[in-house]
Amino acid sequence: MQLMEAFENGAALCQYCTAENCTIAEAMIRREVSRGEMMRDAVMEEMRKNLEVMREAVRIGLEEHVETVSHLSGGEARRLFLYAKYDPFSGGNTCRAAASAMAVCEVNSSMGRIVAAPTAGASGILPGVLIECGMERNWTDDQLIQGLFTAGAVGLLFAQNATISGADGGCQAETGVASAMAAAAIVELSGGSPEQALDAAAITIKNIMGLVCDPVAGLVECPCIKRNALGAANALLCADMVLCGITSLIPFDEVVSAMLQVGRDIRKEYRETAKGGLATTPTGKAVAEKVRRFQSYSGEY
Amino acid sequence: MEDFSVFDIIGPRMTGPSSSHTAGAVRIAYIARKLIGAEVSRVHFTLYGSFAETGRGHGTDKALIGGILGFSPDDERIPHAYELAMDQGVQVAFTYSDAPADHPNTVKIELVDVNDRKMEVVGRSVGGGNILITEINEQAVELSGEYPTLIISHRDEPGVIAVVSQVLAQLKVNIAFMRVFRHGRGRNAYMCIETDTPVTKEMQAIIRQLCSGITDMFAV
Repeated sequence: MQLMEAFENGAALCQYCTAENCTIAEAMIRREVSRGEMMRDAVMEEMRKNLEVMREAVRIGLEEHVETVSHLSGGEARRLFLYAKYDPFSGGNTCRAAASAMAVCEVNSSMGRIVAAPTAGASGILPGVLIECGMERNWTDDQLIQGLFTAGAVGLLFAQNATISGADGGCQAETGVASAMAAAAIVELSGGSPEQALDAAAITIKNIMGLVCDPVAGLVECPCIKRNALGAANALLCADMVLCGITSLIPFDEVVSAMLQVGRDIRKEYRETAKGGLATTPTGKAVAEKVRRFQSYSGEY
Repeated sequence: MEDFSVFDIIGPRMTGPSSSHTAGAVRIAYIARKLIGAEVSRVHFTLYGSFAETGRGHGTDKALIGGILGFSPDDERIPHAYELAMDQGVQVAFTYSDAPADHPNTVKIELVDVNDRKMEVVGRSVGGGNILITEINEQAVELSGEYPTLIISHRDEPGVIAVVSQVLAQLKVNIAFMRVFRHGRGRNAYMCIETDTPVTKEMQAIIRQLCSGITDMFAV
C-alpha cells in the first residue's frame, strides 16, 4: 500500500501499519518525510522543538504567576496541581494531567508561547497528558516525540475527514479531537496496537460528541480552560478502557463521519460565535460587557 | 483533499491565545512590513468583524504591532509590543470599525516608512494561523505568505509575464504558484508569484533590468 493512501482514513492506516509492521507514529514520520519539504532528521528536530515549548508552557503555568489579558482567569492550574497531593477523587495522575492541561491554556490566554494541538484553544490537553504520563512512567523525550507523531496522525485524520475548527464543528472538533489525539498517543506508547490507539480515539470522541463551542465574551478562556482539564481526564480514561481490552462498537472512521455530521448540525450560535450557550447567560453577557469596556478603555493608548 | 503536514496539527508554535486572532494577525502585519521593505515610522490599523469585537481580549492589537516590528508568531516579545514600538519610534494607531467586511477577521494596515513611502495592505486571518493578503494599494491580490512571494506591478501588455517567468527560470527559481490580476485591459496589472526559494535583492534587480514593463516590485 502507498504511504499517501495510508492516511485516507483510519482503516487504511491500520492496514498500512500491519503490512509494514510499524507504529502509527512511524507511518506519520514516513509520510512527513515523503512530502519532500524536510529530511527525517529535520522532521524529528521540529517535533522536539514542539515538545520543548509544550514542556515549558506546562512549567510556566504551574510555577509562575499567570494572568490572562482579560483578567478573567489565571492561577487555577497551579491550585489544582497542588491539591493533587491530597488524595483527589479523580486520582493523582488524572488530577495533575488536568492541571497541566489548564496550565498550558492559562499561559496561552496570557499571550505566552504554546503549540497549537490541534488548535490554540485545545492546546493544553496533549502536553498535559503526555508530560504528566511521561513523568509518571519515566518515558524518554524520544518516546514522547513518538507520542506526538501518533497524536499528529490522529489529528490529521480528523482534519482531513471531518474538521478541527470550533467555528466549523464546535468544541468537539477542538478539545474533543485533542483528547482523541492524546488518548491514541498514550495507548501506542504503552504498547497498544494501531487498532487500539484508534479505538481509544473513537471512544474519546463518542464521550463528548456534540459538545458546543460557546466562549464567554468570545475569548479562549471560559469554558475552554476547564474543558481542557476534562479533555485530559477523558483521554486517560479512554486509554485505560482500551488497554484493558474494551473496544469501540462503532469503528473510528464512522465516529469521524458522525462527528462531522453532528458538527454541521450544530447551529451557528454554538460554533465559536459567542451567540449562545454559556456566552449568552446573564453572567456571560455581563462579563462580555466588562471586557468590551476594558477594550474601549485601553484603546486610548 | 488538502495535503496537511503533521506540523499543521501539532503546531504552529505560537504566542496565544488564538491562532486566528493572534498568530494570524502577526503574520498579516509581518507581510505588510516585508512588502513596504523599509523601517516603518507610522502605522494605522483598522480592524473589522470579530477582529474589532474581540481583538483586544485576544491581544490582536499587540500581535499586529509585533508583526510590524518583524516578529514571528512565536516571538515572546509580542506581549510587550506597545512598549517596543514606542522605543523604536514607531507611531501606532488603531480603529475598531463596525463597518461590514467580507471576512470576519479582517484588518486594513496603512503604513508609512522612514522614507515617507505609503502603502496600504488588507489581509484576513482564515483560521489555524493561516492568512490571506487580499489587497495591496487598493489592488486585489491573493497571497498566503506560505512561500516566498514576489509581487510585480506592471503594464498590461503582451510578453511581460513570459519574460519574468523566463528570467526566474534562468535564475533557477522554481515557481510554485502564480496569479495575475489587472485593473482593466492595457492598464496596470499585478503578478503574484509564489516560489520555492526566495528571490534575492540581486535577482529582483536583474528582473527589473530585463523586463521593461515593470512599474513596481515587492518581495515577501
